[in-house]
Amino acid sequence: MSIEPTGAELGAPSQTPASPQKGMFGITGSGDVSGFGGLVRKRPEVAGTAKPYGGYFDEVTDALEEAYPGFADAIEKVVVDRGELTLHIAPEKIAEVAQIMRDDESLRFELCSSVSGVDYLNTDARRLHVVYHLTSMTYRRRVRLEAAIPAGGSLPSVTSVYPTADWQERETYDMFGVVFTGHPNLTRILMPDDWDGHPQRKDYPLGGVPVEYKGAEIPPPDQRRVYQ
Amino acid sequence: MTSSQYAAERETTEGRVFTVTGGDWDSITGAIDPLSNEKIVVNMGPQHPSTHGVLRLVLELEGETVTEARPVIGYLHTGIEKNLEYRNWTQGTTFVTRADYLAPLFNEAAYCFAVEKLLGITDDITERANTIRLLFMELNRISSHLVWIATTGMELGAISMMLYGFREREYILDIFEETTGLRMNHAYFRPGGVAQDVPDSAVRKIRDFLKYMPKKLKEYESLLSGQIIWQERTQGVGVLDVTGCLSMGVTGPVLRAAGLPWDMRKTMPYSGYEDYEFDVPTAQTSDVWGRYLVRMAEIRESLKLVEQALDKLKPGPIMIADKKIAWPAQLAVGVDGMGNSLEHVAKIMGQSMESLIHHFKLVTEGFRVPAGQVYVSIEHPRGELGVHAVSDGGTHPYRVHMRDPSFVNLQALPAMAEGALLADVIAGGASLDPVMGGCDR
Repeated sequence: MSIEPTGAELGAPSQTPASPQKGMFGITGSGDVSGFGGLVRKRPEVAGTAKPYGGYFDEVTDALEEAYPGFADAIEKVVVDRGELTLHIAPEKIAEVAQIMRDDESLRFELCSSVSGVDYLNTDARRLHVVYHLTSMTYRRRVRLEAAIPAGGSLPSVTSVYPTADWQERETYDMFGVVFTGHPNLTRILMPDDWDGHPQRKDYPLGGVPVEYKGAEIPPPDQRRVYQ
Repeated sequence: MTSSQYAAERETTEGRVFTVTGGDWDSITGAIDPLSNEKIVVNMGPQHPSTHGVLRLVLELEGETVTEARPVIGYLHTGIEKNLEYRNWTQGTTFVTRADYLAPLFNEAAYCFAVEKLLGITDDITERANTIRLLFMELNRISSHLVWIATTGMELGAISMMLYGFREREYILDIFEETTGLRMNHAYFRPGGVAQDVPDSAVRKIRDFLKYMPKKLKEYESLLSGQIIWQERTQGVGVLDVTGCLSMGVTGPVLRAAGLPWDMRKTMPYSGYEDYEFDVPTAQTSDVWGRYLVRMAEIRESLKLVEQALDKLKPGPIMIADKKIAWPAQLAVGVDGMGNSLEHVAKIMGQSMESLIHHFKLVTEGFRVPAGQVYVSIEHPRGELGVHAVSDGGTHPYRVHMRDPSFVNLQALPAMAEGALLADVIAGGASLDPVMGGCDR
């Protein structure tokens, strides 16, 4: 079941912000002769971490592997960074994995703390990442599940496992246009119902207006010459 | 204007629509035929004075019983998360502080912890900065709970409670103003430490407050606890047990009033909470009454924490030693508010070219944060406040998401309200303590 309100895929208004990939000042055509305007920045790929992960991370991944027969197919990558464990999950498997994470005795992630999205425009072909932060109150552990889908794609909703994801998935849909199949009521939540586009996408402009200070005009923040 | 315009009625395809501004229920009940119109849909808000901020509730009633409740939010959405992506990391505190305006220091703290974790400098934060943060967070927790007791009192008919609660809160806001220059929206916590030191006059004020507040708490309790109306309106109302709380993601005092002592200050300590002595108050009743007891007890625990923090407050630096991160501003509170101290301006403008360059580079460009993502959560007065921060290695946040407890907790309102009386929607909703600025961000 996929609910698609009008305007969901209309995309952003025609004006697009400067690409943060190119140049160092966020704007073009200013007569910049320094050469810095031509710099192209490449974001590094997120590399998977090799075992052992350290801390409780090994226990969590081992317990999941034992409890979930489809582990090899579902887990794309395990990343340990800054003392946090991230499991990159195949998007179609996310609800299954969440179910095991909640119910298995040695995992017990009872609380889904947060669901949100990140738009990796131009760095990942599957640009929209949905990020789930699970908390185990029994073991006092945290884990992050991350599922990546292309724009216009969809993934199963985890509301049947964690009812708290209801509003958070609606927010992610509202802000990023991620469609959660099986969600009981996937409508906009923060923006008005008839809004066009998804504001948190990186190609959606900030929409500021120039401000005048004593005769001088300051462009809105996304069009200012600013070092990045 | 004739009196009938206050409750104007018109026929639509969906049925008869009344526009009511309050106090004119008689005209509706008089106009409705109880045999053919059993069901009434009431649109409460989005400007209802008894909702915390601009919340709209669509309620389906049968008589006075609520059969369906649907909260409609988004009226205070200001795009804080999107705006952060166009400012540098330090400027971010100025934005996040405006999300939940009753607990601004918690927003700043969670955001700063996230930036510091991304930078890998969590352990380098000075002891004094950590103690000041903890001290001000606990004061802020008291002021936030005071607003809760004040507004909830008002909503349940105890108008004097509102006056008293706001009066004591003003005491705390004076302390904040003395230190940060502002009553609210402080932008006081910065990545790396705090913006400026706590003046001695503020410390004296906090000591006075510690003597003053316990007496006032007793006053509140003698006003409310034994009061039969307060008991009737809160006991057995808005019940949500531990299972309900966890499935709806409800944390904070509401969860603790259901009996689960889950408090991140104890279970996943940060900012030095592990070195302090305090208890996690709980109740077993799972109702509005229990949440009242828990919040009152939490104010007392916070007072204990404030006292310990004052004793631990030893002289020392309030900003991280790394000058590539520490904001160069030496702020001072002047007659016209907070600004750069005159000594600092004299130094960079008159004496040290190096300082000027450094100041300019850091303020215009900001600092770079290594690429990666972190999730940090702290115990906010309303529950778990999480900040998910993503950096692409640049000087601006790539993405910051705030998991605000008001947003998540408000989902539980239908679970509390459906099947109960209309008046209990107010009590149940108030007991969740939603602040729409944080909810809609």
